Amino acid sequence: MGDLTFHYSYIMIIILLVIGLWGMLGKRNLIKKIIGLNIFQTSIFLFFIKGALKEGATVPVIDPELGLEAASYFNPLPHVMILTAIVVSVATTGVALALMLTIYRNYSSLEEGDILERMGK
Amino acid sequence: MIKRYDSVIVDITCRIMVPFIQLFAIYVIFHGHYSPGGGFQGGVLLASSMILHRLSLGQKESYAKLAPRNASILGTGGMFLFMLTAILPIFFGGMFLDYSFLPIPGLESAMLRYYGILIVEIWIGIAVFGCLVVIFDRLTERRWG
Amino acid sequence: MRAASAIIIAAFAALMIYATSGLPVPGDPDAPGSGHVSQYYIEHSMEDTHTPNIVTAVLADYRGFDTLGETLVIFTASLACVLILARRIDRD
Repeated sequence: MGDLTFHYSYIMIIILLVIGLWGMLGKRNLIKKIIGLNIFQTSIFLFFIKGALKEGATVPVIDPELGLEAASYFNPLPHVMILTAIVVSVATTGVALALMLTIYRNYSSLEEGDILERMGK
Repeated sequence: MIKRYDSVIVDITCRIMVPFIQLFAIYVIFHGHYSPGGGFQGGVLLASSMILHRLSLGQKESYAKLAPRNASILGTGGMFLFMLTAILPIFFGGMFLDYSFLPIPGLESAMLRYYGILIVEIWIGIAVFGCLVVIFDRLTERRWG
Repeated sequence: MRAASAIIIAAFAALMIYATSGLPVPGDPDAPGSGHVSQYYIEHSMEDTHTPNIVTAVLADYRGFDTLGETLVIFTASLACVLILARRIDRD
């Protein structure tokens, strides 16, 4: 089965992920689903940034005193990916809110059951 | 539409705070080389200063300062200038997005890349600012119903 | 419906907790992710671009194509908001 030493910080990230997934799947209001999506994305950001840390290292801004060794700075590549992912998350939330506004204008409700009834299914 | 918030304290506080938030945002864009920051962070700070302006001072007065049409011109213009800076090195002997062939006279290759990064961060900041203000304006433009 | 989604989420959480045993120890400087490319970026960013901030240099210079795509994403999101929320003129 491998070495099951529990990395406790990853357990916290998984709890946040499960809260986000429960918000997306288990709630009936559409705004709560969008908030669940945001919580899920935040947990993924934390997971990547946690994987980029090194012990005894500092922020990836080159300090003239510390020199240019690779073991004294954090890994910069996950930081770059997460910057892109944060911007994509903002864009997705903006378009989702525009869709919520259109649904409310046409059906005057934001509950999943009411919208399906008024659509005639 | 967003009506003006009916309180003198909110009015004066937000009028004082908006220029300082914009100054800090421009600082974050220009110091992206030496401290955490850069184009996206500064652009979002600029957009949030404009959203504070719209929320606290009402739609009539805030649209007189920055109309939605001008915000969309800023957003598209930033994107267009970024593409221009990306295609420009092709005409001067380099590859796509290779900043060491930008036509700025009298600089060596590493300093050209330094200035290339700075110019690109400015265009990104302007594009993100314009696009986020356009999204906010379209979401709040008229009352429902 | 809610019971089914609760069972799915519980199974997914159990699978993820089991999968954390395969991850490297947090804070290990010899982890496989911080090996070849990011070591090159940390060591050569000062002489290639004179930029102390490695994240900005990677974002705007070494991986500039991804930044172009990301700006295109936010521009497309604003375009989508304009087109979704457009109203016909005779409805005023």
